[in-house]
Amino acid sequence: MSEQIAVSVNGTRVTVAAGSSVAVAMMIAGASCRTSVSGEPRGPLCGIGICYECRAEVDGVAHRRSCQVACTTGMDIRTDG
Amino acid sequence: MVSARKQFDVLIVGGGPAGIAAAVSAAQSGKRVGIVDDNPALGGQIWRGETAQSNSEAAAWLAKLHAWDVEVCAGTRVFDQPVSGVLRAESGDGTYQIEYGKLILATGARERFLPFPGWTLQNVMGAGALQALVKSGLPVSGKRVAIAGTGPLLLAVAAYLKNDGAKVVAIYEQVSRTALAKFALKVAAQRGKLAQALWLRKELRDIPLITNAWPVAARGNGVVESVVLCRGGKHEEIACDYLACGFHLVPNTELAVLLGCRLQNGYVQVDDFQQTSQPNVFCAGEPTGIGGVELSLIEGQIAGLVAIGKEGEAQSLFSARRKMRSFAEALDRTFALRPELKSLASTGTIVCRCEDVKYGQMTQHRSWRAAKLHTRCGMGPCQGRVCGPATQFLLGWTPESVRPPIFPVALENLISETHEEKEHTFVM
Ligand SMILES: Cc1cc2nc3c(=O)[nH]c(=O)nc-3n(C[C@H](O)[C@H](O)[C@H](O)COP(=O)(O)OP(=O)(O)OC[C@H]3O[C@@H](n4cnc5c(N)ncnc54)[C@H](O)[C@@H]3O)c2cc1C
Ligand code: FES
Repeated sequence: MSEQIAVSVNGTRVTVAAGSSVAVAMMIAGASCRTSVSGEPRGPLCGIGICYECRAEVDGVAHRRSCQVACTTGMDIRTDG
Repeated sequence: MVSARKQFDVLIVGGGPAGIAAAVSAAQSGKRVGIVDDNPALGGQIWRGETAQSNSEAAAWLAKLHAWDVEVCAGTRVFDQPVSGVLRAESGDGTYQIEYGKLILATGARERFLPFPGWTLQNVMGAGALQALVKSGLPVSGKRVAIAGTGPLLLAVAAYLKNDGAKVVAIYEQVSRTALAKFALKVAAQRGKLAQALWLRKELRDIPLITNAWPVAARGNGVVESVVLCRGGKHEEIACDYLACGFHLVPNTELAVLLGCRLQNGYVQVDDFQQTSQPNVFCAGEPTGIGGVELSLIEGQIAGLVAIGKEGEAQSLFSARRKMRSFAEALDRTFALRPELKSLASTGTIVCRCEDVKYGQMTQHRSWRAAKLHTRCGMGPCQGRVCGPATQFLLGWTPESVRPPIFPVALENLISETHEEKEHTFVM
């Protein structure tokens, strides 16, 4: 993966390798994906779409499993963490 | 949001090695064959993100699949069977109603997670999970990774991460060195690809493989900074940027159970022809037993051939399957969890991560059902796929029957004409 693309994580520009998942963009940005019921910041656990720990808002759609969604140029990613 | 209908003579759910092999075998007949997978691309777990250069076997199978006229629905997840012979699936842009003549379930497996203090910190994740994220673009060059848990996946992941520039500090395997050596001998005797893949990989030579060792706590402030391991009765703390920790695999049997397929010892029960207890429903790959990619490929081919009426051709693969199944049994025996792991969670450790239910809250109840009612454990979006297998080991609880939708689905997608039809059918 050589080509880089830019996305936005909570309003901050982040560049990732083309083909990267949204979960990866959030990890590169240093953002946690979600805040748990008791207020803990959480990141990916399973990496394969099972656990829902990586869910975030992608282009206005809430609760997407970010490990299963590929980044596209200019994508707007929002975490609640 | 769209709602579309599709119709296949043979439908396959799961686009890993088992599903791909099934599709290729069934497509020879000229029948309409479709394959549905949740991932954005085919390949399943082991072939995730592979290219023709990185994996010639994966490339060859995918080329065969594309040579036949198989319809691929990627990024699409099956969540219900409203009436027999019809599945419902959700994708990014709407729902599908898919009719099938024969159905092959090739839904694979997931990692088993066990709760211990600190396991909810960021960058503590499954071993296969970290590999999957790296395959999806996560840079790990120079990062210190501790790998822990159990199963051959730990070795495969260690080799992969090292190749990608990570500093793998050590692999901590909970089984004994003797058990591991016995298993290694058996694998070597089979001369299979797994032997080459695991024990002969040069990447693994300078990574310490520490047996009889397991994680007891992860420490850090929001993000993991170190892991405490129990090794030979003593505790030691190792600094790390990632703790990749999984306890072998558990089969994805939810869809099979929803369809009424019988289980045996936790796996989907199949006969010699990969036929489940439900008519016209077959199952192949990890849901019938955790046996690795080679077994998945063989079972997929058998299921695909039988689905198009070529039982004779399928029989020629039986002896190869028998050998691989004995390997699957050896895997289960070798990597069985040691009882000490049952005391890893303390009363304050979160077990259900969706609802933040602690171990101490769960142990006040006698069964999964009672705990669910009183604590909401297993009621979150993962529907108990993480805490279910954990409590099965920790407390001996058996999960309840499966109800649709087997994954959370957007509300507008849940309400559908098919369900009205279903009610109609019941009234008649
Ligand atoms: C995270 C992870 C990483 C792994 N990495 C390796 C490795 O590096 N090397 C190795 O030898 N083994 C690895 N394994 C073991 C692996 O499971 C097998 O080697 C092999 O991939 C099994 O093939 P399969 O076709 O049976 O299942 P899988 O490859 O798991 O394929 C099953 C597919 O079904 C899909 N699916 C499941 N349910 C649905 C549904 N309801 N709707 C739509 N799609 C669905 C899944 O998305 C998945 O793509 C890994 C396992 C896991 C869990
Ligand atoms: S990390 Fe588990 S669903 Fe994405």
